[in-house]
Amino acid sequence: MNTALLARNARILLPTLSFVVILLAVFWLQPRAMSYVGLNLLLNLALPIAFATIAQMFVITVNDLDLSLGAYVGFVACVGATWLGEQPALGVLVLAAGIAVYAAVGALIHLRNLPSIVVTLGMSFVWLGLAILVLPTPGGKAPDWLRALMTWKTPIVPFAIYALLALAIIVHFGLMRSAYGAVLRGAGGNPRSVERAGWSLLRTKMVMFALAGVFGMFAGLALVGLTTSGDANIALRYTLLSIAGVILGGGEFTGGRISPVGAVIGAMTLTLAGSFLSFLRLDPDWQIGAQGVILIIVLALRVLINRAEARTA
Amino acid sequence: MNIRPGAGHSAPGRFPVMQATTSSLISLGGVEKAFGAVRALSGVSLDVAAGTCVGLVGHNGAGKSTLMNILAGTLQPSAGRLGVAGEDVSAGYGVATANRLGVRCVFQELSLCPNLSVAENARILHPSLKGLGWRRRAAALIGGKLDAIFPGHDIEPGQIVGDLSIARRQMVEIARAFSATDRNVRLVILDEPTSSLDGVLAAQLLSFVRGFVAEGGTVILISHLLAEILNTSDRIVVMRDGGIVADRPASGFSRASLVESMGSVAREMDARHARTGGGAAERRVSATAKRQPEAAPLIAGRGEIVGLAGLGGHGQTDMLVRIFEGARMRTAGVTVEGRTAIVAGDRQTDGVFPLWSIGENATIASLGRMLRGMLIDPDAESRMAAEWKERIGIRTPDMRNPILSLSGGNQQKVLFARALGSDADIILMDDPMRGVDIGTKQEVYSIIRREADAGRTFLWYTTEMDELKHCDRVYVFRNGGIVAELSGDEITEDRVLHSSFEPAA
Amino acid sequence: MSLLRRLLDKPWLGAYAGALAIWLATIAFTEGQGGAGVLTAALSFATFSVLVAIGQMYVITLGPGNVDLSIPATMTLAGAVSMKIMDGNDPMIVPGLLIALGCGAGVGVFNYGLIRLLRIPPIIATLSSSFVFLSAAISYSRGIRIKPPPLLADFTTWIVAGIPVLAVAGALLTLAMSVVLHRTVFGRTVTAIGQNPRAARLAGLHVDRVRFATYVMCGVFAGLTGYLVSGFSGGAALNMGSEYLLASIAVVVIGGTSVAGGFANLPGLWGAAMLLFLLVTMLNTYGFGAGIRLVLTGVIIIAVITLASRKAVR
Repeated sequence: MNTALLARNARILLPTLSFVVILLAVFWLQPRAMSYVGLNLLLNLALPIAFATIAQMFVITVNDLDLSLGAYVGFVACVGATWLGEQPALGVLVLAAGIAVYAAVGALIHLRNLPSIVVTLGMSFVWLGLAILVLPTPGGKAPDWLRALMTWKTPIVPFAIYALLALAIIVHFGLMRSAYGAVLRGAGGNPRSVERAGWSLLRTKMVMFALAGVFGMFAGLALVGLTTSGDANIALRYTLLSIAGVILGGGEFTGGRISPVGAVIGAMTLTLAGSFLSFLRLDPDWQIGAQGVILIIVLALRVLINRAEARTA
Repeated sequence: MNIRPGAGHSAPGRFPVMQATTSSLISLGGVEKAFGAVRALSGVSLDVAAGTCVGLVGHNGAGKSTLMNILAGTLQPSAGRLGVAGEDVSAGYGVATANRLGVRCVFQELSLCPNLSVAENARILHPSLKGLGWRRRAAALIGGKLDAIFPGHDIEPGQIVGDLSIARRQMVEIARAFSATDRNVRLVILDEPTSSLDGVLAAQLLSFVRGFVAEGGTVILISHLLAEILNTSDRIVVMRDGGIVADRPASGFSRASLVESMGSVAREMDARHARTGGGAAERRVSATAKRQPEAAPLIAGRGEIVGLAGLGGHGQTDMLVRIFEGARMRTAGVTVEGRTAIVAGDRQTDGVFPLWSIGENATIASLGRMLRGMLIDPDAESRMAAEWKERIGIRTPDMRNPILSLSGGNQQKVLFARALGSDADIILMDDPMRGVDIGTKQEVYSIIRREADAGRTFLWYTTEMDELKHCDRVYVFRNGGIVAELSGDEITEDRVLHSSFEPAA
Repeated sequence: MSLLRRLLDKPWLGAYAGALAIWLATIAFTEGQGGAGVLTAALSFATFSVLVAIGQMYVITLGPGNVDLSIPATMTLAGAVSMKIMDGNDPMIVPGLLIALGCGAGVGVFNYGLIRLLRIPPIIATLSSSFVFLSAAISYSRGIRIKPPPLLADFTTWIVAGIPVLAVAGALLTLAMSVVLHRTVFGRTVTAIGQNPRAARLAGLHVDRVRFATYVMCGVFAGLTGYLVSGFSGGAALNMGSEYLLASIAVVVIGGTSVAGGFANLPGLWGAAMLLFLLVTMLNTYGFGAGIRLVLTGVIIIAVITLASRKAVR
């Protein structure tokens, strides 16, 4: 039992460790970050990224990749900054339609056996275009309730920490512990055998894409709640961040091997890495490059650990 | 002998008693199946009564797997009638119907989800395992079944399948096939279930099968190990060339008559040349198994045909790949003098390039010799293709046709052409005769002998006894290592089987 | 008859047919005005897409998971470094070119190092390295835009009888790369790896060496394109590569190359690149706003892929 437990948790051991190391480094550079306000500043942007990472994780579980996620999050943010406040009924309807489109994209990919990266690449144009149609120039205003939620002064630790915790726990139970969650992950691990047992692969694909739509929507809403105004280009980098977050969190591109808790930690690590680099007073030219280096180091560590594990096994 | 299956789920009453009518559980009439030009099944009729264990034997490519895939609902027959439990299901039979009627299949390629735990894999098969506490119930279901079949096993329901050894995965797969919830189990098809199990586990499984049958369950058992078939089955069905050639109670067969009806006629042995051992000939290969770096190495000399025997998956393929790579980069324990080429046995995963023509598949290992300047000379390429179409008899109107237009046996010939046509001194063959018809085999055997006489070295892994008789020496593998070396008249089925099973001395 | 059927079987037909249809739809709207001019412009811009797409196509042909996301960063780096070295001097054109190609090769070596030595999946490896190289480009150029040597600018914008000379050169290069794909051991090995890497290894092919060369080659093509785009557009800009990331992948796939690897198609690149450019032109001509234009672009890409998949699915 012990070894089984260890093997299960090894997947999120490294992400956790990287997160702790980078958090300590931030505290060391900037002791003032060790406060309610400091933590809030550090982590509130992690929430939308974590939502997006979880969304990407659902798609990766069934061996696909969503390259339209960033554009979609931007689209949701634009809807959130306009219709959701002005005409709530229309706003809710449009957001629901977005989720339906996600499910339809999943169905299309499954039925026509299309490569997901190409279809979602096309969808990234569609979402970006729609976002521009909704909000041609940056602006708009987030609904008050959303704004209030995102700036909620929760006791002891900031709201973002509660929300991240809740996100990790809810998705963990939904995907890793529920009965249908096992089928969904199985559809990534061995689709033929899942189909042979009588499950519909079309349905699993649609469910996973729809879930990606739901969590991508949360990402967009959280983002617009924080920034208060919308912009079609606001989240384009979320596509790549979310993929990096899943992988950083111990997930793999194929075979349905993912970890929701790891993905949330991965997203937090990426956010902190950004702050860490700005505290380092690094030449701003090298900010992006340093993110790349951090990504490479963590992934290299993972390979080393995996190799050591393989040797002892 | 009679192991009583454990906990509640498989109490005798759960197997529905067949009606007073002694109608068969399975009834096939004139089932045919063709893959393109290849006829895999030609009119198979078979009735299987409930509460029996039917042994199904036949050489590779005889049509056993195709027939079982049709029963499991994963292949649709081209023609014929199919009845299960008195219900005519010829129209629209598929996995859904098979599941509903309680037909289960343990396929040779494992069908578990490697990223899920053992219990979660049980859940995949049983839709009713849901709601609160499903994990506990799933663990109890699969754990109970494992206890019943393989007492003393050490598999935890929470373990991830991908972390288990092949043998344990096979055990889980078998236990899952026998597990019942509201989704009942009536017929279990076991396709080479013991191929990766050791003797103790295999015996546990077979005695469980007897118990299951005694309680009214039905089993179709496919195995290459004739003793297993003879001892476990009530009835034995022999297939050859896509049809049933014998069907009698097991007591009506002896080992010899079984072998005879499968179509292995005793071959004249004078084909064997008296040959010098590996020590005397110019040594080309010396390799130790990775698992036993200290043991005596496998040796092969110029002009020798060396067999690698033993049960499937006991390290023979790994050894061939090890020698292949040893010829390209320094590998501890492996010395290879000369160039190597491999003839893959598992065509789909190791050999064929599916998008290419027959010609391109044949010439890929020889392109280096066809360069004119930097470019491949297309004339030289088509000359080689034409030459080998002739020499090895590839049945196609045009070598420019896609490789997938060929039958499996002809695809295999292309892989032979690739290796034999290359400039390799050492040819490694990875059980290459699977699915190859008997005529082709004879042609290939004689080519191999000719090429060996001309100085080439062959390392030949095969699961078929008859082929070992073409070898000068044979190494028997078990659990990833060499356990015996046989030469000349020592190469007999008994000696090989004996070494394949006996615990290490 | 059989000739016609063989022609219809060509996977690149869809791309050319689509490009033609869009061009006709455009000039129908303008009643024939500027049809030739549109083609000239399309050829110019298509050349750049095709050049990056050739490298990307070889990488994608290596099989599932293989893709180079560092193309934009490589273009920017190569453009910035070569422009600074040439500093507007005509005699430095050739050294500048070599340096641009060298930058590309360097990125390729680094990428494959991450993929092979650190076992990082190509998507993440090339993504991470693109961050590093983009930073390098930013830091190196210090935001100053240096004009290309006049001769280079003239060459990249040289048009003879309505046909850009660069497009002709690009077509010759495409032809050469097509020969490389079909008639060299390297090209055969690339397609073999894409179909079945294990079988390729067991057939005695040099799998690692060829994968390495392919990633380096992709970098070299990106470097070359960065150099030419800088010359064409009056200097290196930091964001000049960004549109080529999606374009390189889309052009490869629409052009009929299999995303699953093992099958590549060079003629299709031109059809697909023309299609993408003409599509934007058409939507501009029709006077659509940016939003509608993007939506339609996306929808049309997906439609083309869906239609093309009927033949590709085996």
